[in-house]
Amino acid sequence: MKTQNVMIVGVGGQGSLLASKLLGRLLLSKGYDIKVSEVHGMSQRGGSVVTYVRFGDKVYSPVIDKGQADYIVSFELLEAARWTEYLKPGGKIITNTQRINPMPVIIGAAAYPEDLETKMKDAGIDLDALDALTLAEQAGSSKAVNLVLMGRLSKYFDFPEEEWMTAIEASVPPKFLEMNKIAFKLGANA
Amino acid sequence: MKQLILGNEAVARGLYEVGCSFVSSYPGTPSTEITEAVAKYPEVYAEWAPNEKVAMEAAFGASLAGRRSFCGMKHVGLNVAADPLFTISYTGVNGGMVIGVADDAGMHSSQNEQDSRHYARAAKIPMLEPSDSAEALSFAKLAYELSEQFDTPVLLKMCTRVSHSQSVVETGERVECVKEYKKDIPKYVMMPGNAKKRHPVVEARTKALIAYAEEAAINRIEEGADHKVGIITSSTSYQYVKEVCGDTYPVLKLGMIWPLPAEKIRKFAASVEKLVVVEELDGFIESYCRDLGLACVGKANFSNIDELMPLTVAAQLATPWETGVKLSEAIPPRPPVMCAGCPHRGLFYTLKKNKITVLGDIGCYTLGAVAPLSAVDSVICMGASVSGLHGFSKSQQGAMDGNTVAVIGDSTFMHSGITGLVNMAYNESNATVIIVDNSITGMTGHQQNPTTGFNLKGDPCAKIDLETLCKAVGIRRVRVIDPYNLSECDTVIKEELAANEPSVIISRRPCALLKYVKHSKPLTVDAEKCVGCKACMKIGCPAISIADGKAKVDETLCVGCGVCEQLCKFDALQSPKEV
Repeated sequence: MKTQNVMIVGVGGQGSLLASKLLGRLLLSKGYDIKVSEVHGMSQRGGSVVTYVRFGDKVYSPVIDKGQADYIVSFELLEAARWTEYLKPGGKIITNTQRINPMPVIIGAAAYPEDLETKMKDAGIDLDALDALTLAEQAGSSKAVNLVLMGRLSKYFDFPEEEWMTAIEASVPPKFLEMNKIAFKLGANA
Repeated sequence: MKQLILGNEAVARGLYEVGCSFVSSYPGTPSTEITEAVAKYPEVYAEWAPNEKVAMEAAFGASLAGRRSFCGMKHVGLNVAADPLFTISYTGVNGGMVIGVADDAGMHSSQNEQDSRHYARAAKIPMLEPSDSAEALSFAKLAYELSEQFDTPVLLKMCTRVSHSQSVVETGERVECVKEYKKDIPKYVMMPGNAKKRHPVVEARTKALIAYAEEAAINRIEEGADHKVGIITSSTSYQYVKEVCGDTYPVLKLGMIWPLPAEKIRKFAASVEKLVVVEELDGFIESYCRDLGLACVGKANFSNIDELMPLTVAAQLATPWETGVKLSEAIPPRPPVMCAGCPHRGLFYTLKKNKITVLGDIGCYTLGAVAPLSAVDSVICMGASVSGLHGFSKSQQGAMDGNTVAVIGDSTFMHSGITGLVNMAYNESNATVIIVDNSITGMTGHQQNPTTGFNLKGDPCAKIDLETLCKAVGIRRVRVIDPYNLSECDTVIKEELAANEPSVIISRRPCALLKYVKHSKPLTVDAEKCVGCKACMKIGCPAISIADGKAKVDETLCVGCGVCEQLCKFDALQSPKEV
């Protein structure tokens, strides 16, 4: 199989590492060659973060470069707009519509661009936007945005739901398992 | 069993399987998870040392005693440990000894992007360089075989993209390995008479290692259809080359990048029309090729700045590559910031308000330099705040003493701040050091340190008392403040700066991200009272913004620290009353 590329982007602290861990587990159980590249350390402190997930018969590069991503899953709207250049022609961006102001916007040194959804669509980008924060809150915690978005991503893959559930069970603490499963399903069915 | 694990976890697995039983490290991104992961194996003793020099010397001691030992650090940590490194090269080892060093090209979380490969050459120590998790595991094991076969410490060089990328590994079983300690003065006592005899041994060892490198399976040639170009590469650069070119060109993939196999390189060069060296950061392999008299393309085409990416390789190897749509809209950057509720924030606000010059240090609190706080004047390396403050103060003959401080974290202070403080006490500089004690090593992801009272395995242990320690080195004025209390911060900082002797202020409150730290409810804004003066915006808290001319608190981020509340003159920001 040709290598598939998924970028998970967001703001440090939003839980993108758990999302990539979950996806990695699922893909390993399917027998693919996989590479998942993460960023730790300073960038995690509220900065822009990106995780690359690549799978196929044989994967070389641990990172996804411009024009390679089949899917970009964004935890925040501005972050979706930041990485559009990485999308492959024909690729898709799944984004949370939540806005988190970066510090330059908070202190008035820059403006948060308006109408980003429209602008991305006008640029010819295939966009699937959803309010993942509200869905996560419905599931029981604003922290479950990651599972809502993974649920949404699952719609575009052929893996059976049980396999996703098995991967979720292996990735989250038992205490939060049910809530995370609900969040996943809300994302998948939204 | 097949597992998907980080390169760092793969190194840890390799250490476990090869019978390593002693690990001493200092945390540093991107190396930290090696030691965290290996600590989970009960068969391996693992610890956080106060700094990398101590870690390497401890690992040497374990090797001397006959155990397979390891120390791990980031690239700049190897500078700290360079002193033992160069001499352990002379003594060699008893039990195998491996030094893990992780570079950070692109500076995701570092103050420079030095290329650690130069250390291998300078210290005459072999260096292995894995390109993914599977190699990280197998090279870690091979490193011990080489260490014992050639009587040398071995450097295992990681980088951010190998350390922090997960890929598939096949795991094996552990084999124990223990040797006897034997007293051997000529080998292990490096006084001039003995060291003079060891240096030729080192040179002969390098020759033997070159012979090994010529035949080693980890330095392999992968055939390609088109011999117009031949590529020498290693590490992630190899992955990018294969990503871009597939099997088009022959590739000499180097798993051991010091010492280099001269004959193998010569033969490879002779088999292709144009030799291209693809490597991250400096032209290390390229220089070696040029020393051999080989014409090659290297850093003239591939920058020695920033990390390499597939697209850069594609552009240089004339491979077509289509990029995606770039929006015409300007996208504001999102730099890292101090977390909401970070105890450092109140302190830096106070320093900025009083226009104090701050010599900063390495850790989360480096973010005190970011707008709007912009409260840090210099950051160099671990410990440089305290020693720098001494020089700053002395050279000004006291003219700046009333408004200059050093700010250093608890872990960084134990790493190398204490020696600077000894110098301040001994050579009598009249300045103030602020230890920001958040009770953990924060930036690297919450590691214990000598001031926390817990060891790497999470067990209770001896706890260094910072107040007593500072007093013991000769600082008489030691004060403790709560950085959430702005008026206390302000008063104590002013008093200590006015004092006519060196002083230490310990700004103490645990990191807001620690699990045991209980958060208060988010603050609320009374829109009637808020006049939109933006006083609360001066602290650069990511939870506060201005919407429609009024302050707005993001409830998902606010931890109720109450620092902003103290800045509001109109009582508009309010902590909810506990019910």
